[in-house]
Amino acid sequence: MEELQKKRSRIMDSRPDVSTIAVCCGTGCQAFGGEKVAQAFREKIAESGLQNSVAIKTTGCHGFCERGLLVVIRPQNIFYQRVRLEDVDEIFNETVINGKIIERLLYITPDGSSKITSEEEVPFYKKQMRLIFGANGNIDPAEIDDYIAIGGYSAIAKVLSSMKPEQVIEEVSAAGLRGRGGGGFPAATKWKSTREAEGEPKYVICNCDEGDPGAFMDRSLMEGNPHSILEGMIIGAYASGSNTGFIYIRNEYPLAVKNAEIAIRQAEEYGLLGENILGSGFNFSVHINRGGGAFVCGESTALMASIEGKVGEPRAKYVHTSERGLYDRPTVLNNVETWANVPLIINRGSAWFASICTENSKGTKIFSLVGKINNTGLVEVPMGITLREIIYEIGGGIPDGKRFKAVLTGGPSGGCIPENLLDLPVDFDELTRVGSMMGSGAMIVMDEDNCMVDIARYFLKFLEEESCGKCVPCREGLKRMRQILDDICEGKGEESHLELLEEMSAAIGDGALCGLGQTAPNPVLTTLKYFRDEYISHIVDKKCPAGVCKALISYHIVNENCTSCRLCVKKCPVGAIEFVDKKIPVVIHQDLCTKCGACKETCKFNAVEIR
Amino acid sequence: MPEISVKNETLNCILDRYKRDRGQLISILQDIQAEYNYLPREAVKFVSSELGIPLSQVYSVATFFKAFSLQPRGRHTIHVCMGTACHVRGAAQILQQMENETKTCCGETTKDGKFTLESVNCVGACALGPVVVVDGEYAGQMTVNKVKPLLEKYD
Repeated sequence: MEELQKKRSRIMDSRPDVSTIAVCCGTGCQAFGGEKVAQAFREKIAESGLQNSVAIKTTGCHGFCERGLLVVIRPQNIFYQRVRLEDVDEIFNETVINGKIIERLLYITPDGSSKITSEEEVPFYKKQMRLIFGANGNIDPAEIDDYIAIGGYSAIAKVLSSMKPEQVIEEVSAAGLRGRGGGGFPAATKWKSTREAEGEPKYVICNCDEGDPGAFMDRSLMEGNPHSILEGMIIGAYASGSNTGFIYIRNEYPLAVKNAEIAIRQAEEYGLLGENILGSGFNFSVHINRGGGAFVCGESTALMASIEGKVGEPRAKYVHTSERGLYDRPTVLNNVETWANVPLIINRGSAWFASICTENSKGTKIFSLVGKINNTGLVEVPMGITLREIIYEIGGGIPDGKRFKAVLTGGPSGGCIPENLLDLPVDFDELTRVGSMMGSGAMIVMDEDNCMVDIARYFLKFLEEESCGKCVPCREGLKRMRQILDDICEGKGEESHLELLEEMSAAIGDGALCGLGQTAPNPVLTTLKYFRDEYISHIVDKKCPAGVCKALISYHIVNENCTSCRLCVKKCPVGAIEFVDKKIPVVIHQDLCTKCGACKETCKFNAVEIR
Repeated sequence: MPEISVKNETLNCILDRYKRDRGQLISILQDIQAEYNYLPREAVKFVSSELGIPLSQVYSVATFFKAFSLQPRGRHTIHVCMGTACHVRGAAQILQQMENETKTCCGETTKDGKFTLESVNCVGACALGPVVVVDGEYAGQMTVNKVKPLLEKYD
């Protein structure tokens, strides 16, 4: 333990106050060339011989993905957004060397009134409470020293030197930590029943099979701060009496696998994983399993089957996995974000953690704010904040002056929440009360151009494809429901269909084996409840008010706007648009049109409309 | 496309990497897929006999998980993200345009073996939606009109 403290002091001493260029290399920013920009900075530093006074840090996701690529110059915290490779020279020469600020790279508030220099003043960050996610911007995930320098692994030292496993469970229980993966089950209860269950060995699992479409906070945590998750797992293993852990990572997340592997290796080298951790006599090792691209494997029993090398089918949970889980042994399974909360609770105490809260939901939650929203990205907020604050104050509202229609939380298991419920405080129980759920934290914002029937159909189709096929209600029921919605979207719906949908939803909710099937009808039920008029439009008027359902719409030229510039004629993949003559509007031949939308996207004069 | 021939040394090397542990079947199949870009029939049979797992079980795992393909794939793999964030920003139209441009259906490989077109249920880059990933490279904020220029970059 003392050695760890000494190590921290040594790391701090070896790091004099230098300028640091933090380049975001999360997946979003990588798409804008994060690694290339970092390399260009490295070359500039080497060229100028400033290795001792300027450092470069490639960090994980900062969250504000909409504005990628993000570069932050510390210690001044100058925040540059939408940086490209060609900006590197200027940033280095002007800002790093001369301390001048480059105005054109600063964040401008949406009303254009002011430019913001420092990271914490940007409205997107200002209202957040970045307890778990904030470290991402300060550390290089491939450097364990970075994590130790910000106080990392001190919770392990505290636990192993001064706390009994029961005390750890007590502390996490008092903090009121609930699972961040979707169910919201109290973490300490799982640990306790695993500890008390008979059977050895016991296992702990980190669920990083983030299959919920639209959610990417687990990915960003695993990529950006893997040591915080490892530290949480070690504490959980100690508390529940386990010596072996698994991290199950989605196949689609190669960078998360890579960074987790590096983190495990480094922690082993430092004596923080393996035999006799920090001289305490406690042993714990962690293995990585890659998923195979199946959504259902995010369900605990399916995930465990998959780790055993079997098909990822869930089983009925008459016996909890905390008693008989992986290889039929007592197993604790928690989500990435849940594990990352654990060191924080140990370090700062349960009372502090429980003070950030609503009555039954404690701490913060990371949401991925995506869809039709200005500031797309990851936001970490205290429980109890309202949807309106998240969407309008942090998210900056809806782009292009469009009207807000709904926000979907909880992914395929969740529901669509309409505008009149925007003042709802966000916590586990409130979201469930209105028919949605917290889920893993995807928050998908939709505007007037999104059709709610289409969204319900989208999720049913998704779940139908992802259903493992083991139980009949889910396998057959979802398919029939999707067929009914297909009919409605194609203008073949009948009014009696709505009742049938509700009846089937209830049957599937009651009869399905696992969470996937039981919650599958939620998007249908909430859209039926809050947006019934849209269903009626499809069924009775044979119209899609949002202009999405292809069978019910057609593209038309707005004659007074058309300049007959022929751009759309060239773009149309099927030759359905005819150029008649100069100054005469073009004509769309409806019999040829495939409704791909290329003309509307291309037109600069707003001369293509959907009817 | 014709099946390719597999080498037993390569497969043995992969099996040894996981100490021939039956529990590591998924990881083993993933490494074989990484080697050949799909799961060749001979390789699946080899794994079955070497690990003593019935062929039917290996087949069920290989067909259950979306990451595995029993058909040879094209030189380039296109993944069109169909996650919710991409869906609300028009992913379905991007996929349709991909099908038009490559003249193939989602899940299939072009006749010349150049592209395999697949959809994926979320690549976790939701802020960039709609997203298309070609050979692991992300192309964000896609539009119908960006599809053709993107494909032209590959040969």
